[in-house]
Amino acid sequence: MPEITREEVAHLARLARLALEDEELDRLAGQLDVILGAVAQIKEVTDAADVPPTSHAVPLQNVFRPDVVTASLPRERALSGAPEAEEGRFRVPRILDDEA
Amino acid sequence: MTELTRMTAAELAGAIREKQVSAVEVAQAHLERVEQVDGRVHAFLHVDEEGALEQARRVDAGELTGPLAGVPLALKDVLTQQDVPTTCGSKILEGWRPPYDATVTERLKAAGVVILGKTNMDEFAMGSSTEHSAYGPTCNPWDLSRIPGGSGGGSSAALASYQAPLAIGTDTGGSIRQPAAVTGTVGVKPTYGGVSRYGLVAFSSSLDQAGPCARTVLDAALLHAVIAGHDPRDSTSIDAAVPPVVEAAQTRDLAGLRVGVVRELTGEGYEPGVQARFDETVQLLQELGATVSEVSCPHFGYALPAYYLIAPSEASSNLARFDAVRYGLRVGDDGERSLEEVMALTRAVGFGPEVKRRIVLGTYALSSGYYDAYYGQAQKVRTLISRDFQQAWMSVDVLVSPTCPTVAFPLGAKLEDPLAMYRQDVASIPANLYGGPAASFPAGLSDGLPVGLQVMAPTLRDDLLYRVGAALEAARPAPAPPLDWES
Amino acid sequence: MPYETALAEFEAVIGLETHVELGTASKMFCGCATTFGAEPNTQTCPVCLGLPGALPVANATAIESTIRIGLALHCDIATWCRFARKNYFYPDMPKNFQTSQYDEPLCTDGWLDVQVEGETVRVPIERVHLEEDTGKTLHVGGLTGRIHGASHSLVDYNRAGIPLVEIVTKPIVGTGAKAAVVAKAYVAELRDLLRGLGVSDVRMEQGSLRCDVNTSLARPGEPWGTRTETKNVNSLRSVERAVRSEVERQAEVLRGGGRIVQETRHFHEDTGTTTSGRSKEEATDYRYFPEPDLVPIAPDPAWVAELKAALPEPPSARRARLTAELGLSELDSQAMVNAGVLDLVLATVAEGAPAAEARNWWLGHLAQQANSAGVSPDELAVAPAQVARVVALVAEGSLTATMAKQVVDGVLAGEGGPDEVVAARGLAVVSDEGALTTAVDEAIAANADVAQKVRDGKVAAAGALVGAVMKATRGQADAAAVRRIVLERLGVSE
Repeated sequence: MPEITREEVAHLARLARLALEDEELDRLAGQLDVILGAVAQIKEVTDAADVPPTSHAVPLQNVFRPDVVTASLPRERALSGAPEAEEGRFRVPRILDDEA
Repeated sequence: MTELTRMTAAELAGAIREKQVSAVEVAQAHLERVEQVDGRVHAFLHVDEEGALEQARRVDAGELTGPLAGVPLALKDVLTQQDVPTTCGSKILEGWRPPYDATVTERLKAAGVVILGKTNMDEFAMGSSTEHSAYGPTCNPWDLSRIPGGSGGGSSAALASYQAPLAIGTDTGGSIRQPAAVTGTVGVKPTYGGVSRYGLVAFSSSLDQAGPCARTVLDAALLHAVIAGHDPRDSTSIDAAVPPVVEAAQTRDLAGLRVGVVRELTGEGYEPGVQARFDETVQLLQELGATVSEVSCPHFGYALPAYYLIAPSEASSNLARFDAVRYGLRVGDDGERSLEEVMALTRAVGFGPEVKRRIVLGTYALSSGYYDAYYGQAQKVRTLISRDFQQAWMSVDVLVSPTCPTVAFPLGAKLEDPLAMYRQDVASIPANLYGGPAASFPAGLSDGLPVGLQVMAPTLRDDLLYRVGAALEAARPAPAPPLDWES
Repeated sequence: MPYETALAEFEAVIGLETHVELGTASKMFCGCATTFGAEPNTQTCPVCLGLPGALPVANATAIESTIRIGLALHCDIATWCRFARKNYFYPDMPKNFQTSQYDEPLCTDGWLDVQVEGETVRVPIERVHLEEDTGKTLHVGGLTGRIHGASHSLVDYNRAGIPLVEIVTKPIVGTGAKAAVVAKAYVAELRDLLRGLGVSDVRMEQGSLRCDVNTSLARPGEPWGTRTETKNVNSLRSVERAVRSEVERQAEVLRGGGRIVQETRHFHEDTGTTTSGRSKEEATDYRYFPEPDLVPIAPDPAWVAELKAALPEPPSARRARLTAELGLSELDSQAMVNAGVLDLVLATVAEGAPAAEARNWWLGHLAQQANSAGVSPDELAVAPAQVARVVALVAEGSLTATMAKQVVDGVLAGEGGPDEVVAARGLAVVSDEGALTTAVDEAIAANADVAQKVRDGKVAAAGALVGAVMKATRGQADAAAVRRIVLERLGVSE
């Protein structure tokens, strides 16, 4: 039975870019504990057999498109949802992290 | 002629085709109905009166033809419709007008279907009651104090309150079928890959599927035929002929059909009334000529936990794009805060508690050190469940179970207990993990509230669902909701 | 501590991660154009903008190019593999995950031989995989256009979704003092290989070939040291300098008893040194999982065999052929590779110039011009065909050697093609008999005493008259013809 701490939830929230208050973190920690406990039972059945994972429901493969140019969105359309735009670009507040 | 809003899609299409009534009249009648009752039901998040009437005019002018031309439809707000607000039931997309149509939307428009508006849903399709919508819940037309099911409660409620004869839903773990069951309507989840996901805002990519919802089996089949089929813009879309669903919906014969009752999906955990209606319906299937046997699908019990690892994991990744940069909500940008802070604040404010819960859960299940224990294992359960299905198909043609364990429960009853809510999907999830088609058909009432029969079929055999549903409907027409709140 | 001293005491382990922007017409997962330099956000669509509901569809040519690259690098090609999501947040990432490959790359376990100072070094290749590029961010308000101190940023997604091939070497060991030149030689050879395959225009300055250099040091016999990653290495010269700089820095730290921090460092063109960037102590958890929106790739073995058979001649073989056919030495061809002009020389020869002339131009005057302009030779504004034309003009006597350089400089300055520059600047060699004779007569008239000396038998004095004519014609007269006419007019013979 995993015991998720508030710190762990805080770490996950950071990874997921969610600014959560302390009570939210605590509540989530409790709820996650319960859920993870419930889902942990799948180990009963997967540990036993040597089962390959399924990532795709349907056995498709090699789906491609030819290297052909198609119409892009007109710029105003591309920017139409932007919270802020400037000089044809999406404007964002100052970034802290270096580029990856 | 029956009141326009009480007619089936097939009837309406016929009447329009015969010029007994115009598409505009039909649209207007339904728009009036929406105005009349939706204040109580809250099925719609947005009504596109102008767009609907324009489309209806085009049908009347002969520009658009087809088996469903001129028939009104309610579209779940998780599918993009160009220049029409698409919110996915979330604050983070409040006011967003997509610059493009989903493939489903395109096909509906091309077929002359009249989209009345976008329907309410659990935020980003995460939920089983539509109570997790950021815009308030939808009420079940059978009893306004109860949930209409979820995540597609708006679509099924629109049908059950006669605001539209057709609706589109999406199903990831039961979100078309469970609302259909608790509102006494028909809801079909096609074979995964049968309907394009291009323009379907992703929740769990390997499970999501859009599907037809209606009050009758034939209506659902006609709609299925319009939206299904290969789409080169969706790599997971199947390049094969659409199964003969309309033909199957017009067959009333179950002779020779082998029906398997899933042992693991009955009994404990299922309300007595639900179980009783199910047993009676199975009996009826037998009387209609089907051979019924019990089938064991030993791993179906693990479907729910596997789903609650796979779906949130994919969702945590799919929802990362909502970052206050290119579209949607942005809060806290005061000129001082960094982008990282604005992003985190926006997401905290823009997402509701259920979405945040699943994002954190999914992030955990995928994180290094935990992938093998959680997400990795869940993918193995998928294999085991698929094998259960394959095994079953060796002895039966379709599998049946109650669609969900309860009838519509009161609003608020399961909000404090996420696990209790998740258990609504216990019967519907296996089909999503397997990728096969599944549907819910009306199977009577328990204490005055609808119960659904779930039918599951092999991949690409969507037609078998309609065959069963049609026979059932012919033998025992579904009860209509009393709607005593109308007056 | 100087580089050579450092590598006398320590052993370096080098790793190179190269990103190649494929030259496909459309993007990796959508049909948007990939043309460089378009107006911001004019080559975007729901897919590469990461709009809700958008879905990717893989570019067949990109897959093929990746496989060809793997084959040219002697890799094993996967019989079945998938794309994976690499999850992290950054504003230039439309989906906040990059569709890439994780534990199932398309190509694995290859090698590339490079020639370094007469020796062959086999660089082992770990993997070649396919992914998508990010958008571009402009940082506004800071001093240098970099992030620190910026008040806000502007994002352009034209580049987002362009196919990117990542080539990763295995650790390169045992290079001794040659570590830096091996690294540079590898990138040069790789660039040549990729250009020969026709999969990318591989221009480091334009960003279609990007290099990250990993460096670690260890004393002989001891386990490998902590490695650092150096980014912003934008030219061949920078590759070498980056390795040198890191080796020196790390040796200094280790010698002083310090510890190397595992981090990403930023290379600075102007100083030739690196500065600390992000700390990699806490490695980012990318939460990789197989991309559910794309289906597996299972390249048909027969098709892969066809691709392999159709691979072009590798650069090393081409060099050997060049050496034999054109009579250039091994040293010459190596010099050309290192200067990055091998293909330019070949192209110039293809346009009709003799090999020696082509070599002289590209290794000489043009290399100098590239150097002073701070660009690589293939970025010069003169095409091989134009160089060949200039060579031809000199050969036929229309231009002197000096004039030829002026013409080339004129082309570089954007004055037009060689013939246009010649016309515009009036650089024709004057060889018209009549014009020359007039000029000679004028010179004779103006220098009567010199002329008399010549008549009297001092033929050598004719040189002064030739000089006068050359001056009068601003160096454009055909000197040999002038001398002949002078002697004729004065009635003497050689």
